[in-house]
Amino acid sequence: MENKIVAKNLNLWYGEKQALKNIDLDIKEKSITAFIGPSGCGKSTFLKTLNRMNDYVDNIRIEGDVILDGENIYADGVDTTILRKKVGMVFQQPNPFPMTIYDNVAYGPRIHGIKDRKTLDKIVEESLKDAALYDEVKDRLHTNALGLSGGQQQRLCIARCLAVEPEVILLDEPTSALDPISTLKIEELLMELKAKYTIAIVTHNMQQASRIADYTAFFLIGEMIEYGKTDDLFSRPQDERTENYITGRFG
Amino acid sequence: MEAKNLSIFSSRKSKSVTERTAAIILRICAIMSIVAVASITIYMVISGTPALFSQGFADILFNPVWNPTGKNPEFGILYIIITSIFGVAAAIVIGVPIGLLTAVYLSEIAQPRARTVVRSAVELLAGIPSVIYGLLGILIINPVMYDIERALFANDPNHQMTGGSNLLSAILVLAIMILPTLINISQTALEAVPDNFRKSSLALGASKIQTIFKVVIPAARNGILSAIVLGVGRAIGEAMAIVLVSGNSVNFPTPFASVRFLTTGIVTDFAYATGVHLDVLYTIGLVLFVFIIVINIVLTKVVKAGVANGK
Amino acid sequence: MANNSGDKELVRSANMRSIYDKKRRVSDTILNGLIHLSTGFALTIVLVILGYIAFRGVPELDFGYFINQTSILKNTVGILPNIINTLYMIVLTLLIAVPIGVGGAIYLNEYADGGRFVDLVSFTTEVLSGIPSIVYGLFGYLFFGIFMGLSYSILTGALTLAIMVLPLISRNTQVALDNVPNSYREAALGIGSTKWYMIRTVLLPSAIPGILTGIILAMGRVVAESAALIFTAGAVAKLPSSFFGHITTSGATLTIQLYFEMAKGNFDIAFVIAVVLMVIVLTLNFLARWISMRFDVNRIK
Repeated sequence: MENKIVAKNLNLWYGEKQALKNIDLDIKEKSITAFIGPSGCGKSTFLKTLNRMNDYVDNIRIEGDVILDGENIYADGVDTTILRKKVGMVFQQPNPFPMTIYDNVAYGPRIHGIKDRKTLDKIVEESLKDAALYDEVKDRLHTNALGLSGGQQQRLCIARCLAVEPEVILLDEPTSALDPISTLKIEELLMELKAKYTIAIVTHNMQQASRIADYTAFFLIGEMIEYGKTDDLFSRPQDERTENYITGRFG
Repeated sequence: MEAKNLSIFSSRKSKSVTERTAAIILRICAIMSIVAVASITIYMVISGTPALFSQGFADILFNPVWNPTGKNPEFGILYIIITSIFGVAAAIVIGVPIGLLTAVYLSEIAQPRARTVVRSAVELLAGIPSVIYGLLGILIINPVMYDIERALFANDPNHQMTGGSNLLSAILVLAIMILPTLINISQTALEAVPDNFRKSSLALGASKIQTIFKVVIPAARNGILSAIVLGVGRAIGEAMAIVLVSGNSVNFPTPFASVRFLTTGIVTDFAYATGVHLDVLYTIGLVLFVFIIVINIVLTKVVKAGVANGK
Repeated sequence: MANNSGDKELVRSANMRSIYDKKRRVSDTILNGLIHLSTGFALTIVLVILGYIAFRGVPELDFGYFINQTSILKNTVGILPNIINTLYMIVLTLLIAVPIGVGGAIYLNEYADGGRFVDLVSFTTEVLSGIPSIVYGLFGYLFFGIFMGLSYSILTGALTLAIMVLPLISRNTQVALDNVPNSYREAALGIGSTKWYMIRTVLLPSAIPGILTGIILAMGRVVAESAALIFTAGAVAKLPSSFFGHITTSGATLTIQLYFEMAKGNFDIAFVIAVVLMVIVLTLNFLARWISMRFDVNRIK
């Protein structure tokens, strides 16, 4: 499978503190890659470097390259709005905008210049269907999105992300605020979405990684310790620290 | 020894006197604001209504002719009311975009040092006494208006020259005076918008400016509305800054006409008015008071609506 | 339908763009320009006001103004009586308003348990802060001046202004009390302190910076006020003949004097007063800022 994103020798500092150390990692196209590790290991920080959401953190310094389809996203002259249209992100807390369900999903396409009502209707419907939410909300598209349950809100956020037709979807612990049933629904959804999209997910839940990810990377104190096919990593870890972590001996 | 006999009931009586007195005195303090509003309401109604009954509601409220000292005095305040409404509306139309955008700068764009500078300037603007705005209005805005007036109406024999003391000058002064109110309250509203709205908008590929105008401002809508309502209240109640700037003759409010506001009429006439004339000034005060009460009720509704929306 | 698929292509085509292909949004540039323009406008106004007052007022400054009263007989012009009247007005207003405002805030925060009473007090406080000065002026004239027989006097003015600044003091006190952690209250009550003792020894000291901020804002209001004083405090500018008796005499503050001088066209003396007022306003602003920085709980020493 093709490499979609390649991180090369990536280092990141918050002020004086180094949060990522020499990360080299390839994310394969149309697959799910999971980042696991204990809290503060740098997995979320790394995820955010992939669409430059770290740009808004004060006092941050990044060295190294992240290559998306052959283009370095940290080169001069990169338009981050186009980058983020290609590399979308879903956050830990479901965070729909305080507007209607329809307007939430249509937000991205509108931002990128689509005004035609029929086109928008179609995008909204398709995105909600892709996010497995359409049947639940089709009768109340024009009601406030804040009325949805937590799990529905998170799927709405996924639909909102899909509506701009990204190539890569980054998810930062998307189910940690949800109940088990909603979590399961989102996991099933991600398994379907990987046919069309490249997916990278940060999770604190090792079972989740083993259930859905094709590839898994294990992070510890800013370093990427081990990376490989999920089955290999969980059944035959090469590094002692990985083994300690997945067998629950620490973290 | 005594300590040994200390019952958990023993000291209650002596203590409870201080405790109870304190609670009662504090409660009286809290009641003072209710007493104040009630007395002001009663006094405004008692003093403001006699003229309405003696002259008739329509002859005061819907009569454009104001001639309190003539042989057949007339006390119509229609133009005065309309002037206040027009003047305030125009000041809001000018002030709100400037105030809101400055609030956006402070909340979303400014670096810490620039923010400190602009914030101090806005705080200073809020503290400047009304009379000083009036003084500068007379000496800076009026001459400019007079130049414009002479250029525009040079060949118009029907135009009464005002020397620049006109509605437009008063509107400009009001628009500047309400800026601090608009900026402060809008800024608070914008800053209360959760950061994750901004993040998810940016993550969808929106630019910073798109994020501000499509997500942040709509999410802060209720707070911005409160700012506008409070701005209206501030503008409609302002007296000393515009009394000398507006010309103060009773006319239909056209931009270059000398006009009288609800507030300015009271300031200039109160010193010498007697009889019905004085009663009508109280009626004007009552009209002003009613406007403010309505504004406050609207404000309370706006804030409640905000709470209901979960903000 | 062909149209639809065409638009769909449009979305896709955007994805074909390179991330180096900088997108220029005209609307972004315009809006960004307007934001900076508005801020610049607000700053310019402040600079123009300060600059103009300094330009017209500072050359007129003369020490004589500060030690004299205006008298035709002695041929002197001065604003000393107005300065004294303003000081009287500040002190008297605060003496009345601070105990009531702070006390009411304590009651609302620490004693009342919600419900209609609290709602009513909050609503009336809101109304008080919205009532125009000129309406306060009319009320003060009718109630304190005529009904209570205090006539035009500094006391009438101070009573009127006390109602006007009440919301500033009570609201700032309430915010300050809100910010005192509940654990303080529990700790004090938990070791057997009575409620009032707890308030006196624990709450009030922690709330002092907030109360001070309210007091300074109230001072600013009093110094700047004119419309509420013109019918209550009167127009006389004479030096006090007795320290306490002065409060029952008519007395024009700096702002009222400025208004009269400006209405008469005496712009030179008007600008001298304007300079004095601006110095006071700037000092109060500075003081408020200093207090909030000095007492910032979150600040590390």
